[in-house]
Amino acid sequence: MVVSDRTRITLRVVALGYLFALVVVPLGMILFRTFEDGIVAFWESVTTPASISAISLSLTIIAIVVPLNVVFGLVTALALARGRFPGRGIVQAVVDLPFAVSPVIVGVSLILLYGVGGWFGGLAESGFRIIFSLPGMVLATIFVTLPFVVREVEPVLREIGAEQEEAAATLGASRLQTFFRITLPAIRWGLAYGIVLTVARALGEFGALIVVAGGVSGESQTLTLLVHARYIDDHNTFGAYSAATVLMGLALIALFLMTVLNKKRESE
Amino acid sequence: MSAVALTPRPARRRRRRTIAGGVGPIGLGVATLWLSVIVLLPLAAVFAKALEDGPKALWDAATAGPALAALQLTVSISVIVALINVVVGTLIAWVLVRDEFRGKGFVNAIIDLPFALPTIVASIVLLSLYGPRSPIGLHLYATRPAVVIALLFVTLPFVVRSVQPVLMELDRDAEQAAASLGAGNRTTFRHVILPALAPALLSGAGLAFARAVGEFGSVVLIGGGIPRKTEVSSQYIAKQIEIDRPVNAAAVSVTLLLIAFAVLLGLRLVAARSQRHEEA
Amino acid sequence: MISVKGVSKRFGDFTALDNVSLEVPDGSLTALLGPSGSGKSTLLRIIGGLEYADAGTVEIRGVDVTDVSPQKREIGFVFQHYAAFKHMTVKDNVGFGLRIRKEPKDRIEARVSELLGIVGLAGLAKRYPSQLSGGQRQRMALARALAVEPKVLLLDEPFGALDAKVRAELREWLRRLHDEVHVTTLIVTHDQEEAMSIADNIAVMDNAHIEQVGGPRELYDRPANRFVMGFLGPVASLDGALVRPHDIAISTDSDEGGREAQVTRVSHLGFEVRVELELPEGEPVFAQLTRTEAETLDLASGDIVWLRKSVGGLTLPRDGDPRFVREHDGLDAVA
Repeated sequence: MVVSDRTRITLRVVALGYLFALVVVPLGMILFRTFEDGIVAFWESVTTPASISAISLSLTIIAIVVPLNVVFGLVTALALARGRFPGRGIVQAVVDLPFAVSPVIVGVSLILLYGVGGWFGGLAESGFRIIFSLPGMVLATIFVTLPFVVREVEPVLREIGAEQEEAAATLGASRLQTFFRITLPAIRWGLAYGIVLTVARALGEFGALIVVAGGVSGESQTLTLLVHARYIDDHNTFGAYSAATVLMGLALIALFLMTVLNKKRESE
Repeated sequence: MSAVALTPRPARRRRRRTIAGGVGPIGLGVATLWLSVIVLLPLAAVFAKALEDGPKALWDAATAGPALAALQLTVSISVIVALINVVVGTLIAWVLVRDEFRGKGFVNAIIDLPFALPTIVASIVLLSLYGPRSPIGLHLYATRPAVVIALLFVTLPFVVRSVQPVLMELDRDAEQAAASLGAGNRTTFRHVILPALAPALLSGAGLAFARAVGEFGSVVLIGGGIPRKTEVSSQYIAKQIEIDRPVNAAAVSVTLLLIAFAVLLGLRLVAARSQRHEEA
Repeated sequence: MISVKGVSKRFGDFTALDNVSLEVPDGSLTALLGPSGSGKSTLLRIIGGLEYADAGTVEIRGVDVTDVSPQKREIGFVFQHYAAFKHMTVKDNVGFGLRIRKEPKDRIEARVSELLGIVGLAGLAKRYPSQLSGGQRQRMALARALAVEPKVLLLDEPFGALDAKVRAELREWLRRLHDEVHVTTLIVTHDQEEAMSIADNIAVMDNAHIEQVGGPRELYDRPANRFVMGFLGPVASLDGALVRPHDIAISTDSDEGGREAQVTRVSHLGFEVRVELELPEGEPVFAQLTRTEAETLDLASGDIVWLRKSVGGLTLPRDGDPRFVREHDGLDAVA
């Protein structure tokens, strides 16, 4: 339908205004507040021992979570896209479950499972701590990032169909050879996109971690928990802003990568 | 020469092997084990804990004063947020699809920002603008509007991204037919375009709702968490765990999960039914 | 050379193959011909190892390959939609099987060049499949399949995705290639013209069974049943029997006997002339004449003529077996 110029401009202004007020201004605000005292102040704030420790912990979690999600995500995606088995719908639904679960509930569930008095509480008593420690944070992060690789890779697998893989088999390629030479190259952009989403989500996890790990500075405090602690516990507003800016910068990089990868995906 | 029919050999037990690309029963087993350990087992623990003292105890815990207040607040605010998103999301999608202006690509990219941004950053970002040190004089700390704004921020992409592809694929012929029959823009929108967008709107709204009811990080700083006033269920659950009341926490968790599941399941059924209508 | 015995296959409730047996002669170009759903692709895939049969055996050159993986069957397989490795160049596609076998690089180069020459893609080695036309992609797929010197070449509706002209060209080209290379070839198609024009040997399939196996001429002249007759050529019904329209002799003279009929329409289709008639009971029939025959008879709409089955023409009884005669090229009139 043809909209009058006036209507069109009005709609545009309202839409852009909404986005401006909701997204751009607040983000701009943070940047302003972070850098209004100069870049040195920012730098010092994000290179304190607590901050370095938080950054390193966040990166460690990511370094563990991403490979696990890639391996198991690929297996799951292949099983869903290529397998003929009853209960596919259930598996599909379970993969999507993490989207419907509040992060706090994730944290609670892990405490109930691995905390003292939990189903596997014995582990805690024997010294292998999951709660308030790295394993717990890793498990929580895997929970919330589980769907991404699967959801991005599965449709690509479906779309390209099994023909190329069948052709490779008739030419003598073993299943492993077929996977690395044929399947993986075909899904690379979908996989890359899924990995970027996984990293962004893992970096941003907060609710589950604060429940499961408590955020002990230097020990179980990721960058997100650092932001929270600085604001609430230390009343260090500037410190919170600067840590948040680091996260925001990483999020923008992730967004950029997502845009680039999307274009690559579409052009294939 | 016609086909020779030999007596068939008795069916032997075949080794069922996957031929190409699939992961076979072992792969399926691995995937199932992975999903069970990571997702199903923890959720089972929550349900088990909630029912530890019997269903009545669950009901009591979930409907206790502050718990119920938090739940009512959470659900009602989430509904409002979903509805606002339906309107504004459609508007934004419309502008992105049907309008042309410089910087549109940039605007399109921003929509995904709430997906990529850590929720705690969203909270502190909104705090800087609407908190106690607000430069525009809007002090919304610890008010319900603050919670609404935070949730609008994190749910921004859902409806927009849900509606956008549908809008792009929309068959303009139907609109032109309506116009040729004398329909004005408002009528065309209401009777031709909106019904076509309805499934996507529902889906996006449902996802936004499910996200909003469970949201924690973006609300935690700006909402203030005042019981009965701005405390959402996720904050209530966190507090219950903190003060070592796991059964309470589990009970309210289960309630929240059931609400989210119900909404998402309902959406799937509606989507399936509307698809059948479309194919009919 | 390929020996299929008692093969059955079901997908859930659907029976794709029911106790099917077939012998494919060594070095032949055999077609599996049938309508969609007849089971021909399934049979081909079972021979190739891409599906496993529920019952029965498959032997290739005397070796039981029923449980052998496709990797080890020494077959080449060509797919309807090419199955090109999209992210590899043409020459990497063709050389894939050789690289898997860890052949030395120079040998691979030589063989790939040779094959690209044979299939007429010589200058396109560095291109990507997306830059090729459909016909070129399929020729690449053939080169790829032949690169590893398979004992058997299996083609699953290889020209189905191409337009008519390219299809006709490639079909002839495939026949010539086969004459040069002499690999036992099995091709699945639903196009009877394709099968008749290039195959030495055709197995006609319908509904999970093989109806008849034979050379093109044999199948056309001596079909085993109404289905085969109707699938391979036009059919008309006269006097309770099925007859080829070109086996209906038209006479303007009642002395030679035959059934009375009235001409309703004469269509000149280039070399052949189609005469539509109506029997006294109202039943429509049609006959096919050559131009010369039509000129001699000089028929016009409304003429009364007498129809007989030509001497030596094939007939099959029409009633009894409920098996229908297929619509073919729209020329059938099923009474």
